[in-house]
Amino acid sequence: MTAIIEVSRLVKRFGPKVVLRQLDFRVESGEFVALLGPNGAGKTTFLRILSSLSRPTLGSVSVAGYSLPHQAASVRRRLGVVSHLPLLYGDLSAEENLLFYGRMYAVDKLSARMDEVLEQVGLTNRRRDLVRTFSRGMQQRLAIGRAILHDPEVLLLDEPHTGLDQDACDMLDAALRQVAVRGRTVVMTSHDLSRAEDLASRFDVLARGTIQGSVQRQDIARDGLLGYYRKTLELAQNNAKNHKAEAAL
Amino acid sequence: MSGFAPFMRALSAVVWKDLRAEWRSRELLSAMLVFALLVILIFNFALELESTVRANVTAGVLWVTFTFAGQLGLNRSMAVEKDRGCLDGLLLAPVDRAAIYLGKTLANWVFMLLVAVIVLPIYSVLYNTNLFIPGLLLTILLGSEGYVAVGTLLSSMAVQARTRDILLPILLFPVAIPVVVAAVKATGGYLQGLDITEIQPWLNLLLTYDVVFTAVAFMVFDSVVEE
Amino acid sequence: MNAKPKLLTVLDVVAGAMFVAAVALVFFYAPLERVMGLVQKVFYFHVASAWIGMLAFAVAAFYGVLYLVKKDERYDRVELAAVEIGIVFALITIVTGSIWARPIWNAWWTWDPRLTTATVMELVYFAYLMLRSGIEEPERRARFGAVYAIIGFLSVPLTFFSIRLFRTIHPVVIGSNDPGAEGAFDMTQKMTQTFMFSLLTFTVGFVTLLWHRVRLGVLSDKVEQLKLKLQS
Repeated sequence: MTAIIEVSRLVKRFGPKVVLRQLDFRVESGEFVALLGPNGAGKTTFLRILSSLSRPTLGSVSVAGYSLPHQAASVRRRLGVVSHLPLLYGDLSAEENLLFYGRMYAVDKLSARMDEVLEQVGLTNRRRDLVRTFSRGMQQRLAIGRAILHDPEVLLLDEPHTGLDQDACDMLDAALRQVAVRGRTVVMTSHDLSRAEDLASRFDVLARGTIQGSVQRQDIARDGLLGYYRKTLELAQNNAKNHKAEAAL
Repeated sequence: MSGFAPFMRALSAVVWKDLRAEWRSRELLSAMLVFALLVILIFNFALELESTVRANVTAGVLWVTFTFAGQLGLNRSMAVEKDRGCLDGLLLAPVDRAAIYLGKTLANWVFMLLVAVIVLPIYSVLYNTNLFIPGLLLTILLGSEGYVAVGTLLSSMAVQARTRDILLPILLFPVAIPVVVAAVKATGGYLQGLDITEIQPWLNLLLTYDVVFTAVAFMVFDSVVEE
Repeated sequence: MNAKPKLLTVLDVVAGAMFVAAVALVFFYAPLERVMGLVQKVFYFHVASAWIGMLAFAVAAFYGVLYLVKKDERYDRVELAAVEIGIVFALITIVTGSIWARPIWNAWWTWDPRLTTATVMELVYFAYLMLRSGIEEPERRARFGAVYAIIGFLSVPLTFFSIRLFRTIHPVVIGSNDPGAEGAFDMTQKMTQTFMFSLLTFTVGFVTLLWHRVRLGVLSDKVEQLKLKLQS
């Protein structure tokens, strides 16, 4: 297997504030990686850098064989993004939203592809309705449709479950599985461990601006993902304390 | 990313999207129009637009109306992009950012011209003045282009600031003064039936402003949206 | 970096001495203008401040371009410093102009192109400061500041030309003289020397101030960084 996302020694600073420090990250083609971590750990910032929306301060980032930020256009063509905002226009219908994004991505045989995608996310019978009349869950499913319209190699999901109720989450997961099964690489941030546990094949813990630990699905010990997550965070905290103590000496 | 055809395709997609959404909701246009009519109404009482005074102030009243209504539309048009994350959606697409800028500018220009198309006949009827002079229409075309070219750029900065609701007019009005001055004088010139040689300098100024600011905004838009 | 550079101390002294000398020249060397009398003395510092205002805004726009190309925060600091200094000198220009205009034009204020342009310019750069204060993230603040410094600076000449197409009564002392201008005069040699010297003095003063302000920016960024270090 080859690495489809490769990040090394990534640093992101906002002015004097360091958000990501010396982050290394590697994803093989076809993996479904869940990025877990407390709020403010830098998950969203990291995903924005992977999605070419934000520039790295230092370090190298490559996605689908192209480096960021210099080959951003090539990366963008191979990338689908779903964030906690739908990125859809409320005053356009479901169909028109897809039509717009399809034109922006220069999708071939657009109308056939739109039919297919709408079918996949289960919105065929609502295709002519305005997105503003959709429930949050339906909007989020359409957002997935928007993200996979141009058949991207890599899918980035930023807290896709935010603001959804139980049923909507289940339907979203069903739609995600259908996409993930089709051999796409997925990176998803989440703070909902149980949702992530159902979906992903690998779990990385991001805290204090860097990856603190990574575990494959089959390697999770008896105490489950939650146990692993807690242990890793604790370890990270102790490490930070030790560093401080050393620095003080 | 490069090449003329993909550029035009992205540009027309953005224009189509804005016009289509506006055709549906008519939120922006109706707000701009009602606002424009209210401004004219307020001027009517504030200046007592009697027939003797009117000839001199019509140009000023018209342009204050256009710039205020235009500012309202510019703010709204970018806020829509920002609120549902659509701006990110646009930026994620593998298209030249300049195409996005030009698309938004063109759509905003169309909205401003539509407001003018509706306000002009109403003003003509209300005050019994003929405003349908070809040169005057040209002035509106040139004046509003420069205004939305700068306005679209500045509104995409304003919506990303904490003080976004009040920021756009403060940023836009001081740099739009040349447009307003030139447009008012040219419009006044046409209304008074002045010779073209007296109006020409103002049209030249408008043209200069349009070219300079469209080109600069086109070049720096990338820096405004790219983190 | 933290210690004050020697050259800056030298500049402080030189700028101070030159300013004293310039005041002395204005009052004791330059002859009294025949018609306007004492109030004409304001002219030496008035034009010099106007020059510094324009220079400062040009420097700001130039560093704005540099910032957009290189994305280096040092350029942003110079740009902000130049704008702040420019605002102060533009204000000095307007105030000294009013002092002169009261006896000569019989009004504190007229809607003359230069006065109006100076005022619009002040507003542009007040807007610049408001834009910056509305954005928390330093990198975005710098980008937007740079864009607005460029746009603002480009609009100034167009504003000037647009208002100049109205008739002007502002005197043009340097270069061609408009016969319609009120309060125009010809400079004697001593006047020219004094004028040139105050221009030079103000320019040296500008460089000194700019340096101080940039240094202040560097230091306050450092304080910010140390604060963050203490928190974590």
